[in-house]
Amino acid sequence: MLQDKDRIFTNLYGRQDWRLEAARKRGAWDNTKELIGKGRDWIIDEMKASNLRGRGGAGFPTGLKWSFMPKDSGLQHYLVVNADESEPGTCKDREIMRNDPHLLLEGCLVAGFAMGATKCYIYLRGEYIRVRERLQAAVDEAYDAGLLGPNAAGSGWDFDIYLHHGAGAYICGEETALLESLEGKKGQPRLKPPFPANMGLYGMPTTVNNVESIAVAPTILRRGAAWFDGLGRPNNAGTKIFSISGHVNNPCNVEEEMGIPLRELIEKHAGGVRGGWSNLLAVIPGGSSVPLIPKDVCDTVLMDFDSLREVQSGLGTAAVIVMDKSTDVIKAIARLAYFYKHESCGQCTPCREGTGWMWRVMERLVTGDADKSEIDKLFDVTKQIEGHTICALGDAAAWPIQGLIRHFRPEIEKRIEEASISRSIAAAE
Amino acid sequence: MPTATVDGIEVEFELGATVLQVCELAGKEIPRFCYHERLSVAGNCRMCLVQIEGGPPKPAASCAMPCAPDMKIHTDTPMVKKAREGVLEFLLINHPLDCPICDQGGECDLQDQAMAYGVDHTRFEENKRAVDDKNMGPLIKTIMTRCIHCTRCVRFSTEIAGVTDMGLAGRGENAEITTYLEKALDSELSGNVIDLCPVGALTSRPYAFTARPWELRKTESIDVMDAVGSNIRIDARGREVMRVLPRLHEDINEEWISDKTRYIWDGLKRQRLDKPYVKKDGKLQPVSWDEAFDAIAARLKGVDGKKIAAIAGDLADTEAMYALKGLMANLGSANLDCRQNGSSLGGERSSYLFNTTIAGIEEADAILLIGTNPRTEAPLINARIRKRWLEGGLKVANIGPVADLTYDVAQLGAGPETLSTVASGASDFAKVLKGAERPMLIIGQGALARADGAAILAEAAKVAETTGMVKDGWNGFNVLHTAAATVAGLDLGFVPGQVGKGTRDILTGAMGGEIEVVYLLGADEIDTGALDKAFVIYQGSHGDAGAHAADVILPGAAYTEKNALWVSTEGRVQAGRRAVFAPGDAKEDWAILRALSAQLGKTLPYDSLGELRTKLFADHPHMAELDTVQTGASLDLSKVGKAGEMDGSAFRLAISDFYLTNPIARASAIMAECSALFDGRRQEEAAG
Repeated sequence: MLQDKDRIFTNLYGRQDWRLEAARKRGAWDNTKELIGKGRDWIIDEMKASNLRGRGGAGFPTGLKWSFMPKDSGLQHYLVVNADESEPGTCKDREIMRNDPHLLLEGCLVAGFAMGATKCYIYLRGEYIRVRERLQAAVDEAYDAGLLGPNAAGSGWDFDIYLHHGAGAYICGEETALLESLEGKKGQPRLKPPFPANMGLYGMPTTVNNVESIAVAPTILRRGAAWFDGLGRPNNAGTKIFSISGHVNNPCNVEEEMGIPLRELIEKHAGGVRGGWSNLLAVIPGGSSVPLIPKDVCDTVLMDFDSLREVQSGLGTAAVIVMDKSTDVIKAIARLAYFYKHESCGQCTPCREGTGWMWRVMERLVTGDADKSEIDKLFDVTKQIEGHTICALGDAAAWPIQGLIRHFRPEIEKRIEEASISRSIAAAE
Repeated sequence: MPTATVDGIEVEFELGATVLQVCELAGKEIPRFCYHERLSVAGNCRMCLVQIEGGPPKPAASCAMPCAPDMKIHTDTPMVKKAREGVLEFLLINHPLDCPICDQGGECDLQDQAMAYGVDHTRFEENKRAVDDKNMGPLIKTIMTRCIHCTRCVRFSTEIAGVTDMGLAGRGENAEITTYLEKALDSELSGNVIDLCPVGALTSRPYAFTARPWELRKTESIDVMDAVGSNIRIDARGREVMRVLPRLHEDINEEWISDKTRYIWDGLKRQRLDKPYVKKDGKLQPVSWDEAFDAIAARLKGVDGKKIAAIAGDLADTEAMYALKGLMANLGSANLDCRQNGSSLGGERSSYLFNTTIAGIEEADAILLIGTNPRTEAPLINARIRKRWLEGGLKVANIGPVADLTYDVAQLGAGPETLSTVASGASDFAKVLKGAERPMLIIGQGALARADGAAILAEAAKVAETTGMVKDGWNGFNVLHTAAATVAGLDLGFVPGQVGKGTRDILTGAMGGEIEVVYLLGADEIDTGALDKAFVIYQGSHGDAGAHAADVILPGAAYTEKNALWVSTEGRVQAGRRAVFAPGDAKEDWAILRALSAQLGKTLPYDSLGELRTKLFADHPHMAELDTVQTGASLDLSKVGKAGEMDGSAFRLAISDFYLTNPIARASAIMAECSALFDGRRQEEAAG
């Protein structure tokens, strides 16, 4: 269990003031000038050595991503912070931005400097109205204190941060769709390659990072890569904010060490599953787009990228959605299928056509108005979408259904049988 | 060059090629819906998936993936097959099963691919999606339920046609292709979206439900709606032209054609002259060919050649003009003109050609437009300029009426005065032209078809001279013709000799009585009111202005009904072919003239088209060289035009209504509908 001294987000619950003065007392903006003074290469090497993996869901090593930015391109470089936190179940970035916004802003400056960017855009989820107000106030404060703007924090580096409010589309959280949206176009993912590091915002070298990945950077640099790497498990280093929701006694966000057992996470921080651990049905461990895991897996699984991958799920955004035995798990997944159908951008074929098809079949599975062979068909359809689309939304739509079929097939079959029996009874009457 | 292997076949490729292109180099066909060579890459249909060794364990969209050296590509693995079958299934689940009533049937990409990758049954048990049809005007019929969202039409209209009227609205499975506020696509190239549509979502409205592709007889021919010489394919059934499609020619029209070219065909069936007529008792009455010829012979008897004149119209073919010129010479007349609009072009061949060539536009870096609106006068030349402009680094300026040309144009002024400031070097744009590596000017008929046309031409030549437009390996002096016949006429010398009269003088002469007989070879764009006193012989295909003024009508063949040569504004000689026979008693034009010459006792020395062409080629050797443009011809700019006083009035455009420029177009109901719609819209916009 994470000790208090190792916490990065010490005001995650907003019990203290979020403003600059209080943030400074907690350690933010401390020695930023010296961090930057150590140079681009040092920052990137340190980030690489910390083994921080991106906190937005895919888990790509952050330091490596920063190192992709060209060194002397002579072009305008951009840092774009992905604050379009729309993954159902996920609410960690919101807490960072409203309770510890200066950690993020400092991270922007450090990261921006490391990749040669003088401009930073923070793309905020459309629904985060209050968060934007808070974050904008923090940005203004930082400008007033000389921490942003020309010669930011006395580092000699000019750095501007602009907040941009999205319009509430899930797909705009996909990094290239986000860039399109930021440019004022329709939020549709771009083809890759070229990758944003070569041709991103307005065609310039760009790095898109999750809020949490950026916000932890200054603390890592201050405390050293070895400290961060020493937490968690190999290849799954550091701390992570977990958003625990659903059928627990105390839904919460909590910063914990990577690799904490799921059961410990839920019982220690979220007050346990409603009605006790034995009442657990399944958990979606990483936000709506990863496959669920049933109770027997939950008993032992560790919460990190590799452990969850081994059980055919994923850490994703570490949004733990807990479902107890009162849950109609088929209906729950059908609701997610509806979400993905609704949020598909419509650009490429498998996702545009497939998400609607899957949702419709799922709806019939909820009532049992289907044939058992349709379960295999549905699984096959998810496989036809997975890996065939421009962006990962297709995969995200396919995985929850695959998880359901993998673990709850008997449940689905039972429902079909029951419905068939009640239909024949109705017909007989 | 780097190499890659496709299914074990090693191929060399140029860096920058996509995997799809490399696969094609290896002879592997990659199925695709959204990819099109001339449009930007969308990568959205996902049909072109291939497997790349060493990459992530999923197939890659070959149309968007740049090929890397030593890449190992597989197009026939189970993974690829499964992936493509999956994509095709997705495309088909919401696609209606209405092939039997779909006009795309038989030439549908989706149908073809379904044969290769489709399965014989459906697993989709839900309701299919239905989509409201959109109004896209009189030319494009929409059945949007069939749309597969490839966005080719959107990319074409924004990228090539240069209008941003089309788009994909909504998202997910509710995404729909539509035009802004469901207005008709305001472009002269709109019909091309029909060819681009891989399914039956966008089809030809006028052609709807009239024919199946496999019943059509396909004839490769040349378009005559403008002087571009677009390559077309005429699809006919029986004696009827059913539709006109573009044919690939990289140097001319690429694979596009204008809407006028595409939709003119209903004009070929209306207002046709299918019998000879002679005016008796003040009324035109149908007669036999012999009676018509007798009437002409009787009238011409004893008339001095100086009192006979001939004017060739915009759609006159080369052979007919050659025959008519021969006949006029036999009759002793030098009064002949192929320039209905009264311009004074002629002389040195390169002084009246589009010397840069259409493909050459892509190398230009500065263009001066003089009295021309290429968008209406030659839509495909305009599209080429836009293509060049999109690449960047091209500056375009205009002298003449302001027009939306789909690219940025600096408006310099309205008339000859502005031209003079460029010629004298006083204008800023003169400096741009001087500084440009490959500057060009395009002078249009709007500047030339006026009394001071020769002086304006000379002034334009001065611009070319002072800005160095004509040099080794580059000739930037261009005349843009609007009529398909003019260049051939000028090549043949179908212009008044030293003693003869041109169009203007023929008309005034006819009013004054110095000209007694006027032979109109499809000439309708003249002031026929001036011909009241003269004896008018009209030979042509349509009952238009010329026929109304006629005393004798000789029914000729339209361009789809004869084998004939056409010379484009570039000076490119191309052979049009007969797709159908002319209606009724109408005959091919050279044959009418040959028969008439015998009746008049002035027999022309050939009995077949072959013999005529042999003579033609002997007189004008360049006519034998089909589909070539003479480049590098010298041009003495000081001898172009005739310096003189220029009238100060502003240039007026040669074409006021794009859809109604010739007798065939004026007979077409489709063109009339377009004209009413777009003209009305323009007036609305002008009114605010």
